[in-house]
Formats: sequence, structure tokens, C-alpha cells
Amino acid sequence: MEWANQLCENRQFGSKMTDSKYFTTTKKGEIFELKAELNSDKKEKKKEAVKKVIASMTVGKDVSALFPDVVNCMQTDNLELKKLVYLYLMNYAKSQPDMAIMAVNTFVKDCEDPNPLIRALAVRTMGCIRVDKITEYLCEPLRKCLKDEDPYVRKTAAVCVAKLHDINAQLVEDQGFLDTLKDLISDSNPMVVANAVAALSEIAESHPNSNLLDLNPQSINKLLTALNECTEWGQIFILDCLANYTPRDDRESQSICERVTPRLSHANSAVVLSAVKVLMKFMEMLPKDLDYYGTLLKKLAPPLVTLLSAEPELQYVALRNINLIVQKRPEILKHEMKVFFVKYNDPIYVKLEKLDIMIRLASQANIAQVLAELKEYATEVDVDFVRKAVRAIGRCAIKVEQSAERCVSTLLDLIQTKVNYVVQEAIVVIKDIFRKYPNKYESVIATLCENLDSLDEPEARAAMIWIVGEYAERIDNADELLESFLEGFHDESTQVQLQLLTAIVKLFLKKPTETQELVQQVLSLATQDSDNPDLRDRGYIYWRLLSTDPVAAKEVVLAEKPLISEETDLIEPTLLEELICHIGTLASVYHKPPSAFVEGSRGVMHRRLPARTGSGESTESPDVGTAAGGSAPEAAPSIIPSQGDLLGDLLNLDIAPSTTTGPPPPTTGMQMGGMDLLGGGLDSLLGGDIGGSPAMGAGFGVAPAVMPASLNAPVGGGLGDLFDLGGGVGMPMGAYIPPKTVWLPAMKAKGLEISGTFARRAGVIQMELILTNKAMSVMTDFAIQFNRNSFGLAPAGPLQVLTPLGPNQTIEVSLPLSTVGPVMKMEPLNNLQVAVKNNIDVFYFSCQYPISMLFVEDGKMERQVFLATWKDIPNDNESQFQIKDCHLNSDAASNKLQGSNIFTIAKRTVEGQDMLYMSIKLSNGIWVLAELRVQAGNPNYTISLKCRAPEVSQCVFQCYEAVLKN
Amino acid sequence: MIGGLFIYNHKGEVLISRVYRDDIGRNAVDAFRVNVIHARQQVRSPVTNIARTSFFHVKRSNIWLAAVTKQNVNAAMVFEFLYKMCDVMTAYFGKISEENIKNNFVLIYELLDEILDFGYPQNSETGALKTFITQTGIKSQHHSKEEQSQITSQVTGQIGWRREGIKYRRNELFLDVLESVNLLMSPQGQVLSAHVSGRVVMKSYLSGMPECKFGMNDKIVIDKQGKGGATEEAAGKSDLGGSGGGGGGGKQSIAIDDCTFHQCVRLSKFDAERSISFIPPDGECELMRYRTTKDIILPFRVIPLVREVGRTKLEVKVVIKSNFKPSLLAQKIEVRIPTPLNTSGVQVICMKGKAKYKASENAIVWKIKRMAGMKESQISAEIELLPTNDKKKWARPPISMNFEVPFAPSGLKVRYLKVFEPKLNYSDHDVIKWVRYIGRSGIYETRC
Repeated sequence: MEWANQLCENRQFGSKMTDSKYFTTTKKGEIFELKAELNSDKKEKKKEAVKKVIASMTVGKDVSALFPDVVNCMQTDNLELKKLVYLYLMNYAKSQPDMAIMAVNTFVKDCEDPNPLIRALAVRTMGCIRVDKITEYLCEPLRKCLKDEDPYVRKTAAVCVAKLHDINAQLVEDQGFLDTLKDLISDSNPMVVANAVAALSEIAESHPNSNLLDLNPQSINKLLTALNECTEWGQIFILDCLANYTPRDDRESQSICERVTPRLSHANSAVVLSAVKVLMKFMEMLPKDLDYYGTLLKKLAPPLVTLLSAEPELQYVALRNINLIVQKRPEILKHEMKVFFVKYNDPIYVKLEKLDIMIRLASQANIAQVLAELKEYATEVDVDFVRKAVRAIGRCAIKVEQSAERCVSTLLDLIQTKVNYVVQEAIVVIKDIFRKYPNKYESVIATLCENLDSLDEPEARAAMIWIVGEYAERIDNADELLESFLEGFHDESTQVQLQLLTAIVKLFLKKPTETQELVQQVLSLATQDSDNPDLRDRGYIYWRLLSTDPVAAKEVVLAEKPLISEETDLIEPTLLEELICHIGTLASVYHKPPSAFVEGSRGVMHRRLPARTGSGESTESPDVGTAAGGSAPEAAPSIIPSQGDLLGDLLNLDIAPSTTTGPPPPTTGMQMGGMDLLGGGLDSLLGGDIGGSPAMGAGFGVAPAVMPASLNAPVGGGLGDLFDLGGGVGMPMGAYIPPKTVWLPAMKAKGLEISGTFARRAGVIQMELILTNKAMSVMTDFAIQFNRNSFGLAPAGPLQVLTPLGPNQTIEVSLPLSTVGPVMKMEPLNNLQVAVKNNIDVFYFSCQYPISMLFVEDGKMERQVFLATWKDIPNDNESQFQIKDCHLNSDAASNKLQGSNIFTIAKRTVEGQDMLYMSIKLSNGIWVLAELRVQAGNPNYTISLKCRAPEVSQCVFQCYEAVLKN
Repeated sequence: MIGGLFIYNHKGEVLISRVYRDDIGRNAVDAFRVNVIHARQQVRSPVTNIARTSFFHVKRSNIWLAAVTKQNVNAAMVFEFLYKMCDVMTAYFGKISEENIKNNFVLIYELLDEILDFGYPQNSETGALKTFITQTGIKSQHHSKEEQSQITSQVTGQIGWRREGIKYRRNELFLDVLESVNLLMSPQGQVLSAHVSGRVVMKSYLSGMPECKFGMNDKIVIDKQGKGGATEEAAGKSDLGGSGGGGGGGKQSIAIDDCTFHQCVRLSKFDAERSISFIPPDGECELMRYRTTKDIILPFRVIPLVREVGRTKLEVKVVIKSNFKPSLLAQKIEVRIPTPLNTSGVQVICMKGKAKYKASENAIVWKIKRMAGMKESQISAEIELLPTNDKKKWARPPISMNFEVPFAPSGLKVRYLKVFEPKLNYSDHDVIKWVRYIGRSGIYETRC
């Protein structure tokens, strides 16, 4: 430090101490003055002027007008000045491409300079100038620099290839730079190797199918050797690259692990985390009985704990990753509970993450300690943290049965503090404890009821109402309590309204004599005075149930509830696997797959853990068959099954499941095509080709509350009218929906026949199914699940089949789909494998969806962008098709296509031929550009498709054909 | 990779803005200012996603450093890089402040151009950078051809942190074992968690390319040697062995939970033989960090006693006991006893040192300059409270302590540090070596 201070002192008297003055020039005519100074004969003055320009640029002023004057200063032997000019060039060259060309000569000359630092500087800067004309001139110097005798120039040139690829991928391939880059992996200098690996990895990401990195045991060996010698950053590049490799067998896997483990002692946390990633991934391949496997597990714990003594920001990254690791391999950190205890001075984001991990690690062995800690936390200042701590106490009760009693009494203590949010949070978790241990802790209900008045949050109110409804028979004044809520029914939030409705129905079924008036009151409030469709639907269902068959109503409403699981907030296994492959990266911080927050093709590639080789042991992730066949709680391990059947829905849906914490979801404004409530929702209501209502709930973009058509409405409300209306009116320009086909014949499915189709309504993808029972017995308990597929389609909710399906009955169901499920490339691309379960068996079938379902509403590209993108996509990716026998004119075709989110951007007529330029955006962010040529009088169209992922072209063409011909 | 790097002052004005990737526009600069710097709420995460752009930030005094990206970058690497960037800037111009950054903005741009290429971190060792990024600006052109290639080979070389041809008249090295001891104790004196995080900082002034080997009383090594015969034991005792002076007495060896090393240490060799060998950078470097949790010598014990007398009065009594050799002296002792927010007045009596109630910090601060081992001291205070109708109970934050002791609470001892320089004519015995042990309090808290 001393010398640093000294240095500072020296500088105080130096002439350069005045750089900050450049930030303060704000007077008028500044540009004019600068211009004069830049053209000054005095070198010193010139340099001063350039500094001023850069300072203005930094604060965001537009100084592009000075371009020619600044470029004139480039030819100098003053390196500092040169660097400043380059900085300016990188910023403004794109806006002044013609002027930028003036700089080329200097660059080319500098690439020949005897000083390697200048050669590298020139090639480094040139790569940052994104002007086509310049890139042409860049090729020759770059080629030389890639083979330069000096490693410093080579390592800079390696990165430059990646830069050039980002500007013009085709050029890089044509010029053979990729091969030269591959050769650099065998370079004698470790830093050159590291940069080449980084560049290749990046290029490979945008070519998911190319075998660019071509990792094989020989090249892996080279990388592992370079790993020992290069800088900390280079080690990260190499480790991240290694993580993409899949070893041939467990022996290779072990030998790589052995050579990577020393990295766990590196001072750089990123090196450590990347090493952990490689080990976690390759461990999958090791047989569990191997001694080495156990050794490796033991070696992983200490470095992970050490990460917690890093700076807080890194601690946060580490904790988010540990959260994943603990879910994947709980055994690694099970003895390390104490290190996750919260420190008073930890930043809040560290505290919240630690708390999460504490809950995961809680077990019978350490529960006493954990509880003591949690109790401390519940008295802290930060409201979020306190709430989470209270919730955590509830989780402990559910997870460790032996501790339940202690947890409940702790919660009661906390309720006595009368701190408003503590009380509310405690009530929410006590409700879950009641569900887990029915008939055990009801003695506390009296205490809870005392706090009724202080509850002002919907979740807490709903929880309390649930408790009252559930234990109505033991609470003498249950009717009074519920009635008191009913007074302000319309001011309550939906969650509370729904819960109140259900609770009063429960109460009625338990004490029918005294509460008839109350139930009528709530039913009429819900069905007649409310404009919330969910509430009305549920009201009607209860009403009908109660009026037609009270016994059945009892069976439905007071049915035994499914068990709740111990673990909460678990990440779905396939996602977890993918995230493990992304340890250390942003994906692991957000707990989201890269495709959720990265634009374009980079995010599309999904990673999976390697399968274990050797003996025929089954892999850890169950395939769709076993998952669908498994029992419900297993399939949906959240405290209240979010994937439950309608029964679960009616009883509990309103109470939001468990806490999900973490950073704010980075998904703002994506995949929300269905938010246009008015236009879209109405559209689907009216244009629906089905007489029933399935499209209704989903059309509004809310959780599907489907009303089966078989249940003909006994109440002649407005609902019935609405249904009738749906049949007749058709919208002229809707999206194309293929006719329903039989997917699963009754022969193959023990009497269950499924036919269906796909539709996109108001931005929501729907799978529309007709289930027919052709067997002799009643079918119940329907559930559906998809295998991973090319575009991550997955059911957005459970399959809503409300009533048992009797013999010869038919039901129409519409299932909203999301596109955030796990991804695996299918053949053909639009193939979807489905498993449907009912009380009889699990059945499998596969169907193909029209890819037009995935075309999103905001797929209209700007003209400029279209032009640039069209040029940018290599010609190899273009494919041409013929559409025969189509008799629409170009405008009609364009209109028709627009209905399916294929947007015409421009039209050009050349010699009687109409050329339509169109763009399509897929739900995963892939853009498809099309040129459709229509000649008057010729029924055959020609279509050219260009896309960075050319595989989709065939499917897109099929859609064109289908849309145009129907 | 990193798409851009911005530096802001506390008002959110941009001081430095360098964009590396085409997907990052000028609007990103404003997005961060609006959503993070000017955010109404306290920052809840060091990583923020705004409109599909991710921002990583760290703060140094009132300066914000933000790295921006649209890709799935290695998040740990980005933070490590930001810290490194701070280190490099500090090494060049001292404290990171608005004034220093403005005064050196040309230099910072030059550094940013060198240590990040297309968003990929490059060699960022100050030792290497200083050979060719200088503040005089002119020097770099007058390098001879040899000098140039020496620079580039150092920047890209295997020993990127040290240049050849260093010469000292006197070969000297200083080792500092700096430990911070952390404790969380229950009011009843039960240790809830305790650990030591330590660092071995080395300052070396050695000629040539010296090959060094560092040894300490690591349990694994000692046990191995115990079995394999006392081959190195003699060497170990030679110069450094006994000089440490532990507080707790003769502990032979310590169990290290985990350690990490400066990039000069050969990790594969440590993994295989557990020996620590390296060629050090010239000048100061942090050779090693380690963590221990077993058999920690806790230098002080705090015994709190809080009694609520009615609704408007608290009585607090705190005893501290020093727990190390009587011949050693602890320094800079400070005990911080939190007081409730509604405190109206405090009366303190202490036998030793000075105690003061600091209303602005809601605490009684008790300072003692020096205290020998195996002693005891006491403070008692009466706290008057204003009556409040606040239902919420006072959270009773823990009593925290600061101190400095001249030994390593983990029990770590340096056994040897051998220096070999085969090309030059000085031997291990000619090197003058100094070892110093300092134990400081980390987060040393006792609940009350």
C-alpha cells in the first residue's frame, strides 16, 4: 500500500493530475472548438482534444461529427493517443462506415509493425469495428496474426476470430479461420490455447450441430495440460469447455476428474465453481460403489464451504449454486449446516439464500440447532427475512416429524408477539402443518381465532378461512366467523373469495341445518354479483352439486386430501439436471435455463448430464412412462400439489403453494402473448369451433376452470346462453387449426379413445382433446404428461376432467400448453410423445403438431432488421419449396397467413410476379424469414425460407401449405 | 461474455463506459441507473435482470462498477473480474474514488482495453501490466526489441506474474500470517459456530526466479512424516519453527478444513504431495487462504447479563475474559453493546478502558487499549428507556467484539520457507526471513 500512496503523491504534482477537467467542458460551440484543436499542429494540444472527445463520449454526448478530425490523429507514433483514437473509432465507426474506411490503411500498416504490442492492438481494434468494408480488409492481417511468432499477438488474434464470426460468420468459414483456430488448441503457449478454446466455444454455441470443438481424448489431454499452466481466466475457459465433453466411459471420466480436482484449491472462486461443475457432471458416470466416487464426494464439501468466506456478491453466486448441488447430491453438505447460519451483518440477499439452504439441510440430527437459529431470525428487522424464517419453521415441522410439536409451540410464541406480519405468516404455515398432521394440533385453533382481526393479507386470510372450514365441526362459532368475512365479500381478493366459498360449502355439508342461509348467501354472491369468471364457475359447480346430489357433493368437497410432500420448492428434475450443467453461470443464479433469458439461438442448446455407462443401471431421471405412472405426490413435490386434480383445485388452489424466492424472474415480457385479454379472449370465445366452453377459461389466460360438456347446466344462467352463442359465429381470420384426428384408438388403450388437435388462441397454445370411453367401466383420475420435445412444450396445468367418464360418454377438454418445458430434439421436429393416465392404465401415443402453433404474436420484424438478417444468414441455410395448386392472390394469401402469425413485411412486384417478404418468430426466439413468390395465373407458389436453424424449414413449409390450402 | 463495463458515481453519472459487444447499447447505461442506483428499495441482489439484460454490480465506497451482458456468462467469473479490476485500479492510482477515476480515465480505458478482450478477461496481474501500461505514455514506444518480446512473453507466459532479471542486493522475505477469528456464542456460553479464516501474505524481495517451498504444521503432512520418518523435521526446525508463539500452548499440528492458493502455487503438486511450491511474484502477494474450525483458541470470552427492570429500565453487565498466555498482549479491544432504539439515557461504569454511549449507533462502545492474557474485566450499565407503545419487542442484537492478538488463533505455525535459486549464487541461508502472526476478530459475537 505504501508505494501506492507514494505513487499517488507523486502524481499529485505531475501534469496529468488534471484529467478530470475534461469532464467539465459544457459550454456552447464546444464541437467547433474541439474541431479546431484536433486540427492543431501541436501534438500536445491534439492529444488534449482527443481526451476531451473521449470524455464527452463517455457521458453520452454525441461527438460523431468530429469523426474525420479524430481519424486524422490516428497516424501517430504516440501509443497513448493512438489508443484513444481507436477507442473513438470502435464507438462511432458503425454510424460512419464510409469514413471508417479511412482508418483501414493505418490498421493494415500497424499489423506489420515490428512491435508485437502494436500488431496486437491493431488486430484487436480492427475486430471491434463492425463495418462490412473493414472486415474485408481484416482477413489478410488476421491470417498473418494467427500465425505470428509472438504469442501475445496470437492470443489476441484468436479472440479476433470470434469477433469476426459475430459480424460475418460466413466470411470466417470461407476464409478457413476455423481450422486455423482449431490448430491453436495445440499451441505451445497456454494462454493462446485458452483464448482459442474460448473463441471456439462461443462460435460453437451459435452452430449447435457443428462438431467444431471436436473434443476427443487427445484434445482433452491437451486442454488438461494447458489447464495447469494458464492464467486463472484461461483455466475458467478451459474448465467451462471441458464441462461440455462427454467421456466415453467411467475410466476416462475418472481420469479427467483426477486431473481437475487440484483446481478446487484455487484462490479464484470462479475456477473452483467451474471445476465443481465438471466434477458434478462427470461424477454421474462413475459407479457408486467405486472408492473414488466416495473420495470425490468428500473432496467437494470443503471448497464449497470456503466459497462462503468470499466477498458477498460471490457468496451469493455460490449459495445459489449450492442450492442446486444440495438438491442434486444432498450427501455432500449434510454435515455442514453451521456454515449456513446467518450472520448479523450479511447482506440481505446472502441471508435469504442461506435460509433456503438451511431448510434443505434440516434433518433430525440438526433440527434443534436449526430451530433455535430460526427463532432468532424471526426477531430480526428485515420483513422479508423474518417472514421467510417463520415459513422455514413451518417447513421444519413438515420435514422432520419429531420436531413438529416444538415447531408449533415456537410458532405460537411468535404469534404472541402480535407483530402483524409474523402472525400472518405463522398462520399460513400452520395451515400446512394441519394438512400434514391432521387431527393433531387442533388445540391451537382457539389461539389462531383470537388473531382473526389482525389479518389483512389475502394469503393469511385465506389460510385462516381454510382452517375454519376444514375444522368447522370443532369450532362452535364457525358460522359466525365465516359470516363476518362475508360482509365485505366484494372487497376481498379472489383468493379469499374462492376460499370463503369453499369453506362455507364445507361448513354447510358438516352442519347443514344451521347454515343453509349462509350457503345460499355465498352462492348468490359468487354467481350473481361477481364478475370474476373463476368465482362464478366454482359457484355454479357447487350449486349444481348441492342441488342435484348432496351425497356426491360431500364426496367431492370433503374428500380425503392428497398428502403433502416434505420437500418444497424443489426444482423439477430435468431442469435441475440442466442447471447442474450450468454451474457458475447466470443460469445457475437465476435457476432458469439459458433459453429463458438469452435471446436467439445461443440459448436453445439444452444440456444434460451424461448417463452412467458400464453396467445396465437405470439412469436417475425417470422417463415419461414411470413418471406418469407414479403416484401424484411424487410427481408434484410441492406442499400443495399444484398439478393435482380438480378436486385439489377446488379445495386448495387459492392458497398459493409454497414460497418461491430468488431473484426477480428475468422473464419480463416474454412468452406472454396471451395477455391481450380483450381482443384475444373474445376472439377465442367466439371463434371457437367447439360448442362447449373449454376454450373459455384458458382464453382469458387464467388457470383453466373447465366445465365438462357432459354436465349439462341445471341452472339456466347466462352461462348456458354464452355456450350457445359460441357455436354459430365464426371469425373469418382465425389461426389455422387442423381438423381433429384420432391419436389413440380405443383398441390400443383399453377402451379409451383420444382424438385431438392443436390450436393457438390469443397467444396460448391449446391441445384440444376429445376423450371417449368405449369401455364398459367408468374411467377416472385422468392425467397427462409429455415427453421432452423439440420446443419444450409442456402442459401448463393439469388435465381437467372433472367427473368420472362413464361408458360411452365423451368429453372435450382443452389443455393449455407452455413452451418452457425440457427440450430434446425430436424426429420429425414437430413430433410429440404423450402419456395419458387414467384409473386403468397408462397409455402412450405420439402426434405431430403444426409448427404454426409456435408462431408468436410479436413476430413482425422491422424492415431494416429483416434486410440485415436476411443478408446475415448464410445461404446454406436457405431452402426452397413449391406449393402447388393454390389459387389465392397474394393479398389473400398474406391475410390468411397473418392469421397464423406469419407477417408480411414488404411486397414487391417484379414483372408480374409478387414477392412477399415475411417473418415468423417461434416461441423459442428463433426467427424464420420467408420470401413467397406468387405469379398471377400460376397456381404454383415458390417459397424460400431462411433461418439460422435450418431444421425448422421443412415444418414451416408444411404449415404454409396447410394454412394456404385451408 | 461480458458485453460492457460501466463505472458510475453515487449520483448515477457515468464516469467510464466501455462496450465490448454489439448487443449492449447505450440504453443499458441508463437502465442500470434507473433500476438499481436510483431504485427506491435497498438492493436485493447483486445480479439484476432488466429487459433480458443482466447487470452485475459491486460497490466500492460510493462508486458503482457494473458489468453487463445478454448471454449466459460465468457469473462467478464476472464478479471475480470486477474485484480484480478494483485491485488493478487501486494498484495504479490508490483509492477508488470519483476524483481518482476522473483523473485517470484515459488510463482506465487503456487498462480495460488490455484486460478484457471481447468481454473475455485476459492477464490482469498488476506486475505484468505495469511493464507496458504505464502512465507516462511515451515509454512503451522506446522498448528495444528484446524488451518487447520479454513483455509479451511475460504477459502470456506460464509465469505471467514475474519478470526475469530481478536483482536485489539483499534477499529478504516477510511472511505475515493474518487470521480472522469468527465466533457466534449463545448467551449461555455455548459455541454455536466458530471458524478461523486465515491468509498467508508474503512480501518477497528476491533476485532471479527463486523456487520456493513453504511448510506449516498441517496435520496431514505431520502425520505422514511421523510414519515415514523424520526426514524433513530437521529442516523444519531450522529457522522459523519456534518463533510463532501460540497463545494456547504446544499444539503440534492443526487440521486445515480447506485452503486455496495464489495462482503461482502448483496445485497439482499440492494435490498429490501436499507440498506448497511456487515461484513468487515480486513484492507482495497473498500466497494462501485457509479455513479451520477445530480446536480454535478463542482469545476472548464475553459473558453478558441483561435484566429488564420494569418497562423503562435495563441493567446490563458484561464481563470479558482473555484466554491466552499471560505474557502476550491483546490490543485495540472494543466491545459493542447494543441498546434499544428508545434509549433515553445510559450510565456506565467500567473498571478498565473507556466506555461511551453512542446514541447515533445505538450502542455502548467500550474500548480498552491493551489487555494481557488470563485477565478479566467488567462493565455495567443502566439504560433508561422511553416508554413506547410499540408492540414489537426489541430484537436484542448480539454483543460484538473487536481485538488484535499477536498469535494465530488457529494454532497455525510456519515451519519453513525454503528458497532455491539455482542460477544465482545465493542460497537459502543468505535470505533474511521474517515471520509475524496477527489474529484479528472477524465477526465475533455473543448473543444476549
